[in-house]
Amino acid sequence: MKVRILVSFKDSVLDPQGQTVKNALHTLGYNFIKDVRQGKVFELEIENISQKEAQKVIPEISDKVLANPIIEKFSWQILNEK
Amino acid sequence: MRFGVVIFPGSNCDYDTFYVLKDVLKQEATFLWHKDHDLRNVDCVILPGGFSYGDYLRSGAIAKFSPLMQEVKEFSEKGGLVLGICNGFQVLLELGLLEGAMLRNKNLNFLCQFVHLRLENDKTPFTHKGKKGQILKIPIAHFDGNFFAPPQTLQELEENRQIVFRYADEKGQTSEEANVNGSLNNIAGLLNRRGNVMGLMPHPERVSELLLGSEDGRVIFESLINKY
Repeated sequence: MKVRILVSFKDSVLDPQGQTVKNALHTLGYNFIKDVRQGKVFELEIENISQKEAQKVIPEISDKVLANPIIEKFSWQILNEK
Repeated sequence: MRFGVVIFPGSNCDYDTFYVLKDVLKQEATFLWHKDHDLRNVDCVILPGGFSYGDYLRSGAIAKFSPLMQEVKEFSEKGGLVLGICNGFQVLLELGLLEGAMLRNKNLNFLCQFVHLRLENDKTPFTHKGKKGQILKIPIAHFDGNFFAPPQTLQELEENRQIVFRYADEKGQTSEEANVNGSLNNIAGLLNRRGNVMGLMPHPERVSELLLGSEDGRVIFESLINKY
């Protein structure tokens, strides 16, 4: 089972790296870009666990380890295997 | 006073801290390995500066799961003194022993320079040998020293006088210019609610011996040595 977790800064947190990327894009002429927020992607390959268990444990892992809940938010999805 | 300096994989200011305690200030000091479960009867635990776990994931994010941190947590809950310097401060924030979080420096530069700090609270075990309003010139060396706390938390920290040091200019003005990393309210160091745990981003252990140019950092260690 593959799980993808996205971690990014909460809206109330300043993201200077995102701003830097935005400015670079503007310099290249992509002026329609209003804002850029930079985050992290985690892809977990997990086994021997039911989907139900995963749905309980993935947010736990995300909250405890992958994200700092004071400054970051996360979202996750189980990827459908082909 | 018996001090314990914790070593994580990637800590690199452990020896400098140990040297100041043992050789300069002639105190009992020992190293504490992060994988042990033994605080060796120390009176004060110091989490030193460095790059524990390479700052992977987030600075201090993985170090907080080190076995010894269980003992450090219990020790602090019983009132034991804990000091976190730079990466040590980041670990204490990740552990939740101090409130808030660190972000990347506002100007996205690794800052390696002297700063001036204004001492805000001289009624702590870490600063009672100093005087409120005192200016200290201490070096910083960090990439992620931009202190953040949600508005409610920030207000509480201020109201409860938990802010110990602020970035200031040499005249003691907490200007925006003096706030080199963009920390909220120029916060450079703070205390937990109880007052037995302190973290600061600057490195006092680098300025505790006149031979090396300055002794401005000494006041923190001398405060710890002389019981509050």
